[in-house]
Order: sequence, then structure tokens, then C-alpha cells
Amino acid sequence: MGLTVIEKIIRNNVGREVKPGEIVTVNVDRVMIHDIFIPFVAAKFEEMGFQKLWDADKAVLIYDHLVPASQVDDTRHFKIGNEFVHKYGMKNIHRADGICHQLMTEAGYVKPGNIVFGTDSHTTTYGCVGAFSSGIGYTEMASILGTGTLWMKVPETIKVNITGTLPKNVMAKDIILRLIGDLGADGATYKALEFSGDTVGQMSVASRMSMSNMAVEAGAKCALFTPDDKTAEYCGITLTDKEKDLAGDSDAQYCRIINYKAEDFVPVMACPSNVDNIKPVSELEGTSIDQVFIGSCTNGRLEDLMAAAEILKGKKVAPFVKLIVTPASRKIYREAIENGTMAVLAQAGAIITHPGCGLCCGRTGGILTDGERVVATNNRNFLGRMGTSKVEIYLASPKSAAACAVAGKIVVP
Amino acid sequence: MEKFSGKIWVLGDDIDTDIIIPTEYLALKTVEDMAPYAFSPLRPGLAGQIKKGDIIVAGKNFGCGSSREQAPEIIKALGIQCVIAKSFARIFFRNAINNGLLLIENNRLRDAVSEGDEITVTMNEAIMHKGTKYPITSLPENLMEILEAGGLVKAMQKRNRI
Repeated sequence: MGLTVIEKIIRNNVGREVKPGEIVTVNVDRVMIHDIFIPFVAAKFEEMGFQKLWDADKAVLIYDHLVPASQVDDTRHFKIGNEFVHKYGMKNIHRADGICHQLMTEAGYVKPGNIVFGTDSHTTTYGCVGAFSSGIGYTEMASILGTGTLWMKVPETIKVNITGTLPKNVMAKDIILRLIGDLGADGATYKALEFSGDTVGQMSVASRMSMSNMAVEAGAKCALFTPDDKTAEYCGITLTDKEKDLAGDSDAQYCRIINYKAEDFVPVMACPSNVDNIKPVSELEGTSIDQVFIGSCTNGRLEDLMAAAEILKGKKVAPFVKLIVTPASRKIYREAIENGTMAVLAQAGAIITHPGCGLCCGRTGGILTDGERVVATNNRNFLGRMGTSKVEIYLASPKSAAACAVAGKIVVP
Repeated sequence: MEKFSGKIWVLGDDIDTDIIIPTEYLALKTVEDMAPYAFSPLRPGLAGQIKKGDIIVAGKNFGCGSSREQAPEIIKALGIQCVIAKSFARIFFRNAINNGLLLIENNRLRDAVSEGDEITVTMNEAIMHKGTKYPITSLPENLMEILEAGGLVKAMQKRNRI
């Protein structure tokens, strides 16, 4: 019987064939810890009685949610993190380079077929290069740091097949939002998503990242793309036969198969305040807005900023709207300066911030208040996510968000 | 904890981790500092009304959203004995077990109860509510081991012989 991608990744890790539902202990290839949770990971690690890390080179610590610090208490996280790094001989630390999920693949920490865990739900992102990656809490992270292993249940797989060419102004974000709407916010809980089809093959790794990033909003454990030439180029590697084989077999068992025609997609938004409350932008046209946010680990990459710039070029943001743009990493920030994207955004009236997570989770910058409405390219529109619980958040693609910023209301890009 | 009873608080579907504890309070020093803000975006004041031994009964996808482990820790700190929901989000489920917070999946109970009702839970067997019995399934063995050890920290301490 054939295997799905996740079944192959786990088989390669544990050295035997596995079936959905089985509980296995996997050897972890890499872990990611971010600034919010490092104090808790450090405390639990020592409380558990561990003396050293199982493999210091496999652990990565990234400061992103609290960078730069906005409250005095935030600095405590950096102090504890720095002490932990020093005490246990860690070398992989990023103090102001960008958002964790961007850096893990951008800086080369994750390769196809790897098994990776992170202290953040959007750790599913690394499925973009064909790695199994998922979020865990800080107690489990502490136990991995000591043992290098974690138990997991082999998930069933939902296959999502997309063929054809996407209409103009429809982005990968519109696909994943539509899929979350179709599946529901718990439609893929405990399950793996596996993407295939020529539409996916034509996509950049950056677009695949947007999709695997948001898969967790349908409850998915991971969201996998088969490694191809684009993956190899992005990771700076030549794919091995084992890596090339990370595709679902034709006789693999799926719990569900969903087929889409790329031509059928339209720009959509996730309306307040559930990620699966999806509507075509055309049905929302005319809704007034106060702020637009383009950035985050979902949509803060160069192609996202360029897509926004294409729409904003030669135009001005509506006078009562604040457009905030946050590149996902320092590298993207630099590239967007070098290719002129930042100049276009600045001339249109964008507020451009340092790379980081603060705005997306209502932690620093861009906080909104009762009755205000924001169109945002991030991944969650939960109550209170970007300010008070009476803020309305509409999740959208960078193109839709840019068009709204100019119009001062929701419009189709 | 073979059999216990408690007063219930009833919540809806998709109770996400930003509702359980908003990000702005996550940098407070302890879960006890955070606990008064639990559920505040949805029901301000609820945290203050919850008493030790109470039970939460909710709809589907309880705990969806971020990986913040403070979510189950705070629920436990408030004195909640267990959460019964139609379904749980994956990371929340793992975090709860790792912190020794009991979770029970049941599809029917939520729509049959009213807030303030009392229910009785018999572990790995059934929930009783006003004379109606709702059978429950038992947890996998490796999870029961973690729960019985009192959470993952204690299980690891045992492993490291401290």
C-alpha cells in the first residue's frame, strides 16, 4: 500500500513503516523557541532535572514577539534567554533578525524531510519545504531539549489538489482562506494537509509558506508540500532521492481528497471574528476601515510587499487610514529597499516598522480600539487579537489589503 | 480522582487561546497573575466567579489558536477540575495533559446542560447529568501515565531520578 508524505517522513525518522493512529516516538531534527516562552522553557528544563541540552546545535532561539521591547518587563525575557544560551552552549540565537517562522527556513535551519517542533502554533510553516513541523507548549519543549525525542500520533492525511492558473489578483492567501472556510476552524484537527497539483508546483516557496503557515487555523497538525526544484533553490541544496520521494503515492490512503480549479478562486477575507468566516471581497465592498496591516509570518515576504507596492505605486493611502507594513525579516527588509519596493510603499504613505510579531498579536504598535476596523494580512482575527475585543479584524491577501488602504474601505483589488 | 462532581460553566464553540488568556497579559510573571484575565475578551469577570472544583463544558474546537501553555495552566489555577468539550484543538490537548489538566471529549453534553447545573464524572466511564448518563472513552495509555505522574515535569523528574 502506498504512503502519504507524512507517513514517509515518519517512516524515515523511526526506521519502519507506520500507520495513522499509531503513537510513535520521533527523533527531533530541530527545535525553535521564541522570546515569549523562553523563560518558561528554561524554568521547566531545570525543574525536570536536566543538566545539558541533547544537542545544542539543534536548538534555535529567536527574539521576535517582544522586539524591540515595549515594556520594561519584556527585557526579562531577553536576559533569561541570553543566560540560557550562555549556560548551555547554544549558538543559534537571533536577537533582532526577524520573525521566527521566516528565519527557520530563510537561515537554513530546516530542510526537506526534517521533523521540527516550535513553541508557536504557526510552526506548521516549514511544511513549505516538505518538513514535518508543528507547535507544542513549553513543557514539551523542555522535555525535547533534554531527550531529543517526542511522542506523536501518526496523523491521517487530507489531500488538497489544485490545478490550473490563478486569476489575476488572487494570491496563495486567498486559497488558504477559502480552504479554511471549506474545512472549518476544526476541519483538519489532528490531521496532516498535503498539497499537490500544478498550481502548487508553479507557486514560489514564499506562497507555499503562507499556506502552510495558516493550515493550523483549520486545526491541522502540519501542511506539506513536496520538495521540488524551487525548494532546492530556496534551501540552497541539491535534493536527494529520499527528499524527491516526499510525494504522496498514487495508492496512498487519504481520509479526504479535496479538488480545486485555480480559475474558481476569487479574493476573499476572513470576517470577524473567526478564521473560517470566509466571504468574497466583492460581498464586503464599501465597508469602512481605519487601519491596514501588511506583514507577519503569513504575508511579510518580499513577494507580498512587492504585490502591495504594485497596487500602491503612484497612489496615496486614504488620509484617515493608517497603513502599517512589517517585513518578516531583516533580509527581506534589505531586499525591499534594494529593489525599490520600500520607496514605493513610503511614498504612498505607509508606516514601515522593524521586522517582528508585535503588531499581529496586539503586543506592540498599531493597537486598535472599540469600533475600529482593520484589514490585515496576518493569520488570526480572534477577539482582542489586535487591541480591544471590540476591534473588527478582516484577514486578507496583501493585494486586497493594499487596495483597501488606498480606497479607505473594503474593495476588490 | 475516580469520581467527582462539580458546578458547570457553559461556553460555546471555538474558545480560542486569545480568549482564554489575551497576549497582552502573557508577559506577566506567573499564571496566578494572569488568571484574573482569563476569558476576559468574551466574558469579563468570569475568572473571578469560578470556584475551586467547578467544571467547564464547551462546544467544539476548545483551545484553538496559539501554543500558549498558560491557557491550560490558568484554567487549572482557577481551580477547574476538568474541561468537557465536543472537541479540543491539538496543541491545547497536549498542553493540558502535560500540565495534569483532565480533558474529556463528549459530543452531546454541551447542548443538554445549563450553566450552574451540577454534573458527576466517573473517570474513563461516564458523566451523569440530571439522571442522564453520557458514556466517555478512556485516554491512551501513554497519556494516562503522564496524567497519573501529575504532568510531564514530574514524569521527567522520575526519568532523571530527582
